[in-house]
Amino acid sequence: MSQMKPNSYKTGPDAQGHFGLYGGRYVAETLMPLILDLERAYNAAKADPSFQAELDDFLEHYVGRPSPLYFAERLTENFGGPKIYFKRDELNHTGAHKINNCMGQILLARRMGKTRIIAETGAGQHGVATATVAARFGLPCVIYMGEDDIKRQSPNVFRMRLLGAEVRPVSSGSRTLKDAMNEALRDWVSNVENTFYIIGTVAGPHPYPALVRDFQSVIGKEARAQMLAREGRLPDAAVACIGGGSNAMGLFYPFLDDPDVALYGVEAAGHGIETGQHAASLAGGRPGVLHGNRTYLLQDDDGQIIEAHSISAGLDYPGIGPEHAWLHDMKRVNYVHATDMEALDAFQLCAKQEGIIPALEPAHAVAFTQKLAKQMPKDKIILMNMCGRGDKDIFAVAERLGVKL
Amino acid sequence: MSRIAQRFADLKKQNRAGFVAFITAGDPNLETSFEILKGLPAAGADVIELGMPFTDPMADGPAIQLGSLRALKAGHTMAKTLDLVRRFRANDRTTPIVLMGYYNPIYSYGGEKFCKDAHEAGVDGLIVVDLPPEEDHELRPYTKAAGLDIIRLSTPTTDAKRLPAVLDGASGFLYYVSITGVTGTKDIDPISVAKALKPLKAATHLPIAVGFGIKSESDAKAVAQTADAAVVGSALVAEISRFVGPDGKLSPGAPEAVLSLVRRLAASAHGARI
Repeated sequence: MSQMKPNSYKTGPDAQGHFGLYGGRYVAETLMPLILDLERAYNAAKADPSFQAELDDFLEHYVGRPSPLYFAERLTENFGGPKIYFKRDELNHTGAHKINNCMGQILLARRMGKTRIIAETGAGQHGVATATVAARFGLPCVIYMGEDDIKRQSPNVFRMRLLGAEVRPVSSGSRTLKDAMNEALRDWVSNVENTFYIIGTVAGPHPYPALVRDFQSVIGKEARAQMLAREGRLPDAAVACIGGGSNAMGLFYPFLDDPDVALYGVEAAGHGIETGQHAASLAGGRPGVLHGNRTYLLQDDDGQIIEAHSISAGLDYPGIGPEHAWLHDMKRVNYVHATDMEALDAFQLCAKQEGIIPALEPAHAVAFTQKLAKQMPKDKIILMNMCGRGDKDIFAVAERLGVKL
Repeated sequence: MSRIAQRFADLKKQNRAGFVAFITAGDPNLETSFEILKGLPAAGADVIELGMPFTDPMADGPAIQLGSLRALKAGHTMAKTLDLVRRFRANDRTTPIVLMGYYNPIYSYGGEKFCKDAHEAGVDGLIVVDLPPEEDHELRPYTKAAGLDIIRLSTPTTDAKRLPAVLDGASGFLYYVSITGVTGTKDIDPISVAKALKPLKAATHLPIAVGFGIKSESDAKAVAQTADAAVVGSALVAEISRFVGPDGKLSPGAPEAVLSLVRRLAASAHGARI
């Protein structure tokens, strides 16, 4: 598709929620009035300085922002190339970037007078972050989670229950994140009066992709300022892993109009793209419509959605946020991938060399950073988003490594 | 006059409400599904809604989700759905068939080609659940060119301000979703439905079919007092489920059971105003 280069990559979405061909509002009529309401409420909140002030206060004192920008000196030496910096979003309260968005959305829910919170979760990080903010504000909370993911992520399931959330197992379809999202949408259709749906990634019907991106952009805003303060310049490359793509969108967005910053989104290649068992919707999918938006989807010839595969439950989703789909077509962001094995190796390397156990999701970013570093000279800088910590993954990793805990 | 318009005009002349039967194409398998489909008009279905199976039916409750998955597991495709309609049309030129489903399989097939092929197979209209008025502009030129009706949904959350947008471009009939929920879950409340239909009737000349929560003969009868047609889906699909074992094996008798249920429900709807 030949498209003119825009003056800015930061103007989307348009009034109808489209990023070029992608995005939109593909939902049942019952939900249409609700998402139009949400859009109005979000626009009003954005224009209200007291909303941002309240959010900033919670981000500082509850979430623990700003998160540090850390020079990963030993990995830099090990890779033998450019300086590697980690944006340490795994140090946030609840251990991942997910809470940046949940805090924003729950404040919005309160403004809208909603009294019940629902969410979907894959790895459980978004579920934990949602349960956390729901507990903080005293709102009842239901988390939908695929039965298979519940097995893979039992520590997070227990965490959510400790936080007072009800975790509802989803046994339909492939029993993973996409089915949890179907079930959350069904809940929302059935409880339109009082319920706020906190979507965890930059997908879903407009305004969610823009709203989640805005709340996650705190990552890139901080990192950009921290890098300028630290190095006196911008990084040459920024790297983040992608499932739905919220941490990547949050990191990339403030850099979109910096042409000298190359951006890399790392999809999960599972057993390898060629095996068909992966979660790389850009590398192995084509445009379609699911969960309220048009984007690249893993699907068969008849438009049926194919199950994704990744060792990381958080990347195990057959779609990707619509803004990523657009940035892919516009070639502003390079979308690459890393396999389960590469992520497992990077997981262990990062733990041993930096004393940081990454979540399996950013372990994919570490794996690609290693490849990228080998092609770049020493005077360059790579910024990578360490979007989550790996405590939740130790059981899954032990099993893959044949260790009995 | 289109088959849909003709059918509703006939019903009006007879002063009776219609009965709309929903089944999922290919559920539980192609031939059983055809057996049921071809028996529907004689059992009393005035209009047939044929579900196009999708892996992720986000507006459907458990019964229709299972029906879709059964069909897909049996190898169903969009082309096979159109084949079913073609075979049905060989013996029935008058009963309207509306395809109901989600946008992705249509988008994947190609909107223009799908509308053309659907019309040629004998389809009369489309209900695309996740394609609200805000997004269906890309399909409408093709439905229009092919002479297919776009059937829009109105729901309890569709307020007076939004209704004109829903009606703009709507044709065939208006589908009123009687509950805030997914198909086949909550119970219908005939009094609030009757109340909700008043502003709809004032705003459109299209016939109004009501569905999503009608499970029993008494529900069908109550709705048929005020609506132009009553739609039943989940209850019929659930009837098929009774013949499918935990191992997926089908025991005989499903078509007869479904059609017998259709006969009872249709009779209730047809007799409501007598």
